[in-house]
Amino acid sequence: MKKIRILGWSALLLIFVASFAVGFKVAAEHNLNDGYEIGDLADDFSLKNVDGNMVSLSDYGSAKGFLVIFTCNTCPYAQAYEDRIIALDAKYKPQGVPVIAINPNDPSVKSGDSFAKMKERADKKGFTFPYLLDEGQKVYPQYGATRTPHVFLLEKTTIGNVVRYIGTIDDNYQDASQVEEPFVENAVNAMLAGNEINPKTTKAIGCGIK
Amino acid sequence: MNRLLLVLLVMSIFFGCAEKKKADNGKSEIVENEMVVKDGDEQNDIPFPIYDFDGFEPLLHNNDGKTYVINFWATWCKPCIEEMPHFERINSEYGEKNVEVVLVSLDMPNMWKSRLEPYVEKNKIQSQVVILDDPKQNDWIPKVSEEWGGGIPATLIYNKEKRTFYERGFTYEELNNELKTFIN
Repeated sequence: MKKIRILGWSALLLIFVASFAVGFKVAAEHNLNDGYEIGDLADDFSLKNVDGNMVSLSDYGSAKGFLVIFTCNTCPYAQAYEDRIIALDAKYKPQGVPVIAINPNDPSVKSGDSFAKMKERADKKGFTFPYLLDEGQKVYPQYGATRTPHVFLLEKTTIGNVVRYIGTIDDNYQDASQVEEPFVENAVNAMLAGNEINPKTTKAIGCGIK
Repeated sequence: MNRLLLVLLVMSIFFGCAEKKKADNGKSEIVENEMVVKDGDEQNDIPFPIYDFDGFEPLLHNNDGKTYVINFWATWCKPCIEEMPHFERINSEYGEKNVEVVLVSLDMPNMWKSRLEPYVEKNKIQSQVVILDDPKQNDWIPKVSEEWGGGIPATLIYNKEKRTFYERGFTYEELNNELKTFIN
């Protein structure tokens, strides 16, 4: 009888401990969901490009960094910035910092952001960079992207890809010719020159990720 | 026993989810907001006031005893459109109770005529609609609230005593309950 009671109590204790372990696990995952901060190491990914090939950051042996840009077909802000994203790739790919565009939206919620529509858009606009689908929506929460377009500048270092800048492309979504502060260009230039990036984060209105 | 297990599990899950979201430490630079130069015609036949942030900012700091519900939205933002009826209902139910709802459209200039005006007309929107047109978002977003990451829908509720910012959508009940905490 006593034995059974002890058994019962140990089982209870086990459940108690286990339930806390579950709690901590959820907490840890939740922390991840808050996304990267400046100075964090960004994980690599393997996502399908519009040309059918899988793309990872590790494919780019000679890159000095990456402009990982969460963008999509349907958001008016993303559309307003398409030509500027192409221009960023044209300017910085030769300097070792290519654009990697990722569509974080769930095509079953947003049909205009389906893989087929992504292909169409990339062809029509002549994207010179990979345009990847975040299938299963695992990558954007890891980065902490909340809207489109949302830029993460990474610097490749010996310890991994370090997050250097998070935010918007520049300070005038309406008119590229009226831009006073090209935030991303300033950030990449500073990074390549080994200077302090300022500002390291910026805010903008964007479309929520669906 | 099963019940205990359930309680513990629920507790642990709650514990896990109760983590506070990390604040977006977006940096704001204090730069003078410039008047946005707009096409004259574009402005003339739009039936809503169009503000840059300097023109708009006083709306965030009225000190007249009323409670203000300031909702940031756009016609292209689906969750914004979904919650619009709740703001309209609040506006009609609390209109006599010193509550003012202001719907701040962040639609782009080329959508004012083609989307915003038809939407307001078709849905017979009764709350006050204003347009905030200021591309220097990194400067003005933190002036609305330091907590705001830039997502919409977003809503600011304030009066003389209290001020809370919500970067989220609302059901009618949620909005009503929040508003009640401002008017006792």
